[in-house]
Amino acid sequence: MPYTAQKPPAKESSEQLRARIPGWGADLDPADRPSVPKEQFDPNLSGAHWDFPERQPEERPRERSIEHEFLTPVFGTSCPTHGVSGAIRRFSYAKYSEGRAAHWLLLLAADRVDALGSTLRSFATLRPDNPITQTGIRTEFTHHGLQSRRGQKRVDLVHQPLDVIVVAGPWVAAGLGAYAAYRKLSRAGRRRR
Amino acid sequence: MRAMVYRGPYRIRVEEKDRPAIEHPNDAIVRVTRAAICGSDLHLYHGMMPDTRVGHTFGHEFVGVVDEIGPSVQNLSVGDRVMVPFNIYCGSCYFCARGLYSNCHNVNPNATAVGGIYGYSHTCGGYDGGQAEYVRVPFADIGPSPIPAWMDDDDAVLLTDALATGYFGAQLGDIAEGDTVVVFGAGPVGLFAAKSAWLMGAGRVIVIDHLEYRLEKAREFAQAETRNFAEYDDIVVEMKKTTDHLGADVAIDAVGAEADGNLLQHVTAAKLKLQGGSPIALNWAIDSVRKGGTVSVMGAYGPMFSAVKFGDALNKGLTLRMNQCPVKRQWPRLFEHVRNGYLKPSDLVTHRIPLEHIADGYHIFSAKLDGCIKPLIVPAA
Ligand SMILES: NC(=O)c1ccc[n+]([C@@H]2O[C@H](COP(=O)([O-])OP(=O)(O)OC[C@H]3O[C@@H](n4cnc5c(N)ncnc54)[C@H](O)[C@@H]3O)[C@@H](O)[C@H]2O)c1
Ligand SMILES: [Zn+2]
Ligand SMILES: [Zn+2]
Repeated sequence: MPYTAQKPPAKESSEQLRARIPGWGADLDPADRPSVPKEQFDPNLSGAHWDFPERQPEERPRERSIEHEFLTPVFGTSCPTHGVSGAIRRFSYAKYSEGRAAHWLLLLAADRVDALGSTLRSFATLRPDNPITQTGIRTEFTHHGLQSRRGQKRVDLVHQPLDVIVVAGPWVAAGLGAYAAYRKLSRAGRRRR
Repeated sequence: MRAMVYRGPYRIRVEEKDRPAIEHPNDAIVRVTRAAICGSDLHLYHGMMPDTRVGHTFGHEFVGVVDEIGPSVQNLSVGDRVMVPFNIYCGSCYFCARGLYSNCHNVNPNATAVGGIYGYSHTCGGYDGGQAEYVRVPFADIGPSPIPAWMDDDDAVLLTDALATGYFGAQLGDIAEGDTVVVFGAGPVGLFAAKSAWLMGAGRVIVIDHLEYRLEKAREFAQAETRNFAEYDDIVVEMKKTTDHLGADVAIDAVGAEADGNLLQHVTAAKLKLQGGSPIALNWAIDSVRKGGTVSVMGAYGPMFSAVKFGDALNKGLTLRMNQCPVKRQWPRLFEHVRNGYLKPSDLVTHRIPLEHIADGYHIFSAKLDGCIKPLIVPAA
């Protein structure tokens, strides 16, 4: 009871727990745990044989946080920025620190532009995006979609239908875009006739 | 080579990509033999993490065989079986020199607030990940370790993130003998945290989720008590009732950004991306723990703000502890625990999915179908 000084009695004693749970108390001493203390100064511990790492060549301009003094000596080279999404990303990095919501919201916006643009471009390739195979939705039938949900108290079932909207969004947008373009073209065609 | 690539929220496919090359003298190229899908990958998959680019290959939990090494690599040889921590880190910066391997300053140009992580968006450095046949491993002399001869690949792959993180989460709880520990989330991280809490001398371990099959695993694998929060009007009140109204000594958030249980929080965060993450489990942790207690946060949140009940944390005098797990720091001790049989990580593996069918794996894990707890990805060759 918190209303008086003593800790409530334990449900099980340490002896009972040790007998019931293999390894109980193996790390009992709080001082003898791998991440204690949090900071342990030892520059040789990790095995680094350099004071500052050699620099990875910057083959193309690499965007970076303005909170960094310089480009880090090592960096990832996956998916360089390109197109409209790339322009938004580079602007966001050049202008806003990580402390600014604008930085992250612009990056999220660029992600949506990137996804939409990539989907549209994929229709001009031999491998157009396929929402059926890419979402793995077939596993609803092969891996007990119904059974995994029926009769459960799962609270995520309320919002799972929203996922469909998130996924279908680019297709709906692409469809509307195509329809608008078609209307414009056919109207222009009619005017010319 | 074959690699998983992101195509947009909820959409991935397997593509032919260039095999990664040595880009820095201390790089290695590793041929992946096993990878896993982590709860963190779901945040990327659902489009929550800023600067997740189309074409990016995910995967930060993997083991494999060294296929090529850069000219300055001393500690690894071609052909070594290696396990690779999910953190990319230099070993020599201010933070690495103090053991904060997950907070390295030399590997992530895109952000200073987070270190480098394989296959975890450009916000974490823009490195392709291990859900592929091959992966570039920077600082090959620092992160990777040979897999002990006695250790199974399935156990080793879980040591590169999920087990290390759960164990680290229990440590950040500063558990003292006899403490009551409540763990929110019965995913791999939460289950490992619950199991680890016993090693640190917990007197009572309670796991909370809304997925009955995972709670069953918590009872059986982690010998914990469980509560299904969907069965309670208010789980915080239940936590008070079950602790003589004191509250738990320690609470661990092993849920993170996509927590359920409050539709407004979930939808504003996970669907509308107006918050860095939905802090439902974190808020429950803050409210369930006793005054003066500790909340350990392992659940991941995005870089934007989240609606956290900070006032309660202040008024209760809580200690909030959190980080990405510095994986390799946990290994020597965890190797002992695995060897002694105290921890058997591969017990949580429920699915084995060929790389070619990884889109199925993501959906099964994300929608929590078929009793899925931990899916492994197996490249063909
Ligand atoms: N800090 C780190 O180093 C680190 C490392 C790995 C994973 N993580 C994070 O840990 C979290 C869990 O990872 P995982 O692989 O176990 O994921 P997971 O998705 O398998 O598990 C999350 C569990 O939380 C449950 N849940 C949802 N809302 C809840 C609530 N309000 N209360 C209690 N439970 C709730 C879900 O039903 C699910 O079982 C993720 O956010 C992941 O990003 C952090
Ligand atoms: Zn992870
Ligand atoms: Zn470093």
